[in-house]
Amino acid sequence: MTPMFFNQFDSNIAMVNEDERQNFHRDASRLRKRLQISSRDKEVVEDDGTVGQWSISDPRISCRNVDVNYGDKQAIKKVNLDIGRNEVLSFIGPSGCGKSTLLRCLNRMNDTIPGCRVSGEIKLDDEDVYLKHIDVVPLRAKVGMVFQKPNPFPKSIFENVAYGPRIHGLTATKDGLAEVVESSLRRAGLWEEVKDYLDHPGTSLSGGQQQRLCIARTIAVNPEVILMDEPCSALDPIATAKIEQLIDELREQYTIVIVTHSMQQAARVSQRTAYFHLGKLIEVGETASVFTQPIHKLTDDYISGRFG
Amino acid sequence: MSRGVAMEKLTDGHIIRRYDGELDNLRLIALEMGGLVINLLGDALNAFKTQDLDLAHKVVAMDNQVDELEVKADQEIANIIAKRCPVSSDLRMVMAVSKSVSDLERIGDEAVRIAGLAIQAIGNEASDPNSQMLRDVNRIGSMAMSGLRSAVEIFDIWDEEKALQVIENHNDMEEEFQADLRHLITYILEDYRNIGFAISVVLVIKSLERVGHHAQNLAEYVVFQVSGEDIRSDQPS
Ligand SMILES: Nc1ncnc2c1ncn2[C@@H]1O[C@H](COP(=O)(O)OP(=O)(O)OP(=O)(O)O)[C@@H](O)[C@H]1O
Ligand SMILES: [Mg+2]
Repeated sequence: MTPMFFNQFDSNIAMVNEDERQNFHRDASRLRKRLQISSRDKEVVEDDGTVGQWSISDPRISCRNVDVNYGDKQAIKKVNLDIGRNEVLSFIGPSGCGKSTLLRCLNRMNDTIPGCRVSGEIKLDDEDVYLKHIDVVPLRAKVGMVFQKPNPFPKSIFENVAYGPRIHGLTATKDGLAEVVESSLRRAGLWEEVKDYLDHPGTSLSGGQQQRLCIARTIAVNPEVILMDEPCSALDPIATAKIEQLIDELREQYTIVIVTHSMQQAARVSQRTAYFHLGKLIEVGETASVFTQPIHKLTDDYISGRFG
Repeated sequence: MSRGVAMEKLTDGHIIRRYDGELDNLRLIALEMGGLVINLLGDALNAFKTQDLDLAHKVVAMDNQVDELEVKADQEIANIIAKRCPVSSDLRMVMAVSKSVSDLERIGDEAVRIAGLAIQAIGNEASDPNSQMLRDVNRIGSMAMSGLRSAVEIFDIWDEEKALQVIENHNDMEEEFQADLRHLITYILEDYRNIGFAISVVLVIKSLERVGHHAQNLAEYVVFQVSGEDIRSDQPS
C-alpha cells in the first residue's frame, strides 16, 4: 500500500513540474541572441535619416525629399513620408519643428507665403501637386484644411457650409444644396444643435461648435484628405472628445493628417505618428509602438517629457 | 549598448522634476518590499531548520506589512498613471513595478506558508526532523534565497545582463528541485516513519520552487523594462 501511495505522489510531483517547466523554462542564450538583435535595431537611432516605416504600399500622399525654405531659412529638411488611405496620421514635435509648414505643403497653402520655397516631390494619388498646370482651387477642395482657430466666414451657418459646394458647382439645385448642408452638419455632429438656427451668423456659435462648423465646411466639398492643424487647442475636453469622435468616424472615408501638441490626443486618434525635430522627420511608426517603444532617443525624450 | 541606453535614460531627468520623484518613490516601494520578503523568507527557513516557534510566529505576523506595501504601491501606480500618463520606458517601468509587487507579495505568502509548516512540524511528534532532509532544505533554501536576492538586486540596478543570468540560474535550480524530490522519496522508502517530516519538507521545497518562479518573473520584468521586449512568451525551441 505504501509504495503505491508514494508512486502516485511521485508522479503527481513529476506531472506538475513537467507542466510548470513548460511554462517557465526559458532558454536564456536564445533570449540573449534575440535581445542583441533588437538592440542592434536601436543603434540606427543616431542615423541621419528617418527611422521607422515612413514608406507604405499604396499611399494616398507621398512626399519625397521635400525641402521647404522661408527665404534662406530651411524649415523642412529632406522629408520622405507616405500617408495612407483611411488612416489618421499625427504630426508631433516641439514648437517650430516644421509641422505646420509640412502640413501646408500638402495642399499648397504655402504658395501664398512670400519667400516660401518648396522643393522635392509631393504626390496626391500619384499626381505631383506642385506641377505648374495644377489648379490650386480644386486641389484645396480635394485636400481640405481645418485650422487651430475656428475661422467661420462672417455669414450665416447655412452659408458657411453652402459656400464651398456652390463655388465648386457640386450641386445645381437649391434643394440639393440644402441636402449637402444638412448631411455635412450631421456628419460633423453639429446638426442637432444648429438645425433651428441655420440663418444665425456662424460667429455666434461657441468655439467648439465653430470648430465643428469649420469641419462641416471642409467635408461639404467632398475632400479626399483633411488636414488639421491643432484643431482642439482652443476647446474644452468635451468639445475635444466630440472632435476626436468625429475624426474617428471620418477616417472611414478620408485620409486625415492632424498636428497636435497633445501626446494623448495623438495616441488616441491616430494610427500612425510622425515625430519632427528641427525640420527633420525623425521617426514614423504605428502610434501604439511610438508611444510604448519609440526607436529614436529624440522621440523618446520628447514624448516622455525629458530634457532633450 | 542596451544597458547603456537604459541606465542613461533612468538617470535623465524629466522636465517636471516631481515626476522623477514619483517614479523613484515607486521603485523604492518595490525595493522595500523586496527587502522585506527576503528577510521573511530567510526567517521562515531558519524557523523551519531550527524548529524556532517564536520566529515562525513572527514571520506569520509580519506578512501584513508586505500586503500594506503592495496596497501603497498600487495607489502610487494609479496616481502616476492618472497624473502623468507615462509612455515609453516610464510606462514599462510602471508596468514592471506593478507586476513585480504582486510577485513579491506571493513570495511573502510562500514565506508564511513555510513558517506555518514549521509551526505544524514543531507541534507534531510524528514529524521529527531528519538531518539529511534538513540538509536538502538548507541547500535548496540557500539557492532560492540567492536567486531572490539577485532578482531584487537587479530590480535596483536595472541590468539586463544580470537579469538574464538570474533567468539562466533558475533553470539550474529547477533541476536541483527535481533531484531533491527524488531523494526524499528514497528516504521515505528506507524508513517510512520519516513520512510526516518528509511531507513537510516536500511542501517546503515546493514553496521554494514557487519562490524561484516568482524571482524569475522579477528578472523578466527587468528585461521588459530595459529592452521593451516581452520575453514571457518565449519557449525553448
Ligand atoms: N511665414 C513664415 N515666414 C518665415 N518663417 C516661417 C514662417 N512660418 C514658419 N516659419 C519658420 O519655420 C519653422 C517651422 O515653423 P512651423 O510653423 O512649421 O512650426 P510648427 O512645428 O508648426 O510649430 P508650432 O508647434 O509652434 O505650431 C520655424 O522656425 C518658423 O520660424
Ligand atoms: Mg504649427
